[in-house]
Amino acid sequence: MQQPPTPEERYEAEAQVISGQVRPARRAYTFLFTFPTLMALWVVLSGRFDAFHLSLGVISCALVSFFSGDLLFPHAPHPRLTLRLWWRFPLYVPWLLYQIFLANLHLLYLTFHPRMPELIDPHMVRFRSKLKSEMALLAFANSITLTPGTITVRVSPDGDFVVHAIDRFSGEALPGEMEQRLARTFGED
Amino acid sequence: MNLAVSIILGVGLVFFLGGAVGILRFPDFYSRLHPAGKMDTLGSFLMLGALALYHLHPFTLDNVLVAIKIALIVVFYFLASPTATHAIVDAGIRAGQAAWQKPGRGAGS
Repeated sequence: MQQPPTPEERYEAEAQVISGQVRPARRAYTFLFTFPTLMALWVVLSGRFDAFHLSLGVISCALVSFFSGDLLFPHAPHPRLTLRLWWRFPLYVPWLLYQIFLANLHLLYLTFHPRMPELIDPHMVRFRSKLKSEMALLAFANSITLTPGTITVRVSPDGDFVVHAIDRFSGEALPGEMEQRLARTFGED
Repeated sequence: MNLAVSIILGVGLVFFLGGAVGILRFPDFYSRLHPAGKMDTLGSFLMLGALALYHLHPFTLDNVLVAIKIALIVVFYFLASPTATHAIVDAGIRAGQAAWQKPGRGAGS
C-alpha cells in the first residue's frame, strides 16, 4: 500500500505536467484516464453504435488524448489521487446542491421581502483558505459563487479569497464546512 | 409522472422569476449579481432536470441519450455560470465601481 502523495509531491506533479516534462509511464496514465472519458462522451453525443461511427470515435479520441490528454486531468500522473477524486466528487455534489437550494430559498425570501434594503447588508469578507491545489481552489471559488449570498471576487493562487456577501448571515458561514468537505474531496485534509 | 415534471418546472419558474425581480430590486451592481448569477443556475437546473425526466418516459435508448445530453448541458451551466459571474464582479472591481453599503455603515470592512 502506497502512502498518499504529500502536497509537495502533488505540486511537483502539477509542475511537471505544466512544463511538459512528464515521463512516458505517467503519460500512459494520463491516456488511460482521458481516453475512456472522451470515448464515453463521443458515444453519448453521436448515439450511433455501428462499426463505422465507433471506429471514427476511437481514432479521434485516441489522437486527442495522445496530444492533449494532460489538459483534462492534471492529477492523472498520480492515478490513485485521480481515482479518489472520481469517487469523492460525486459525494460532494449532492451536498452542494442541497446547500444551493437552501441558500436560494434565503435569497428568494430577501428578494420578495418588502423591506429588503433594511435586511441586506453587503460587505466584503476576506479570508485565507488552506486548500492548496488549483483544482480545489477553483471548485471552492465556484461553490462560493453558487451558494447565494456570496460571490467570489478574487482568488490568489495562495488561497487568499475576497468574497462579496449580501448579508451578515451569508458572510458568517465562510470558509466553514464547505472548505472542510472540499479538503476531504481533494485529499488535502 | 407528468405531475412531478410540472411541479419541478413550476418551482424552476419561481426561481427564474425571483432572479428577474431580484435584478430589478437590489440596490447596486454587486448585489444584483447575486440573484442574476445564482437563481438562474438553480432555476435552469430544475427546469432542465424536469425536461430530462419528461424525456425518459418511453424508456428507450434514444431517449436516455437525449436525457444524458440535457444533463451535460446542466453540468456546463454549473461550471460556466459562477465563472461568468466571477468575471463580471472582477471587471467591476477593476473598473473601480464602489459597492453599495448600508446607510450609516463606515467605509471599513
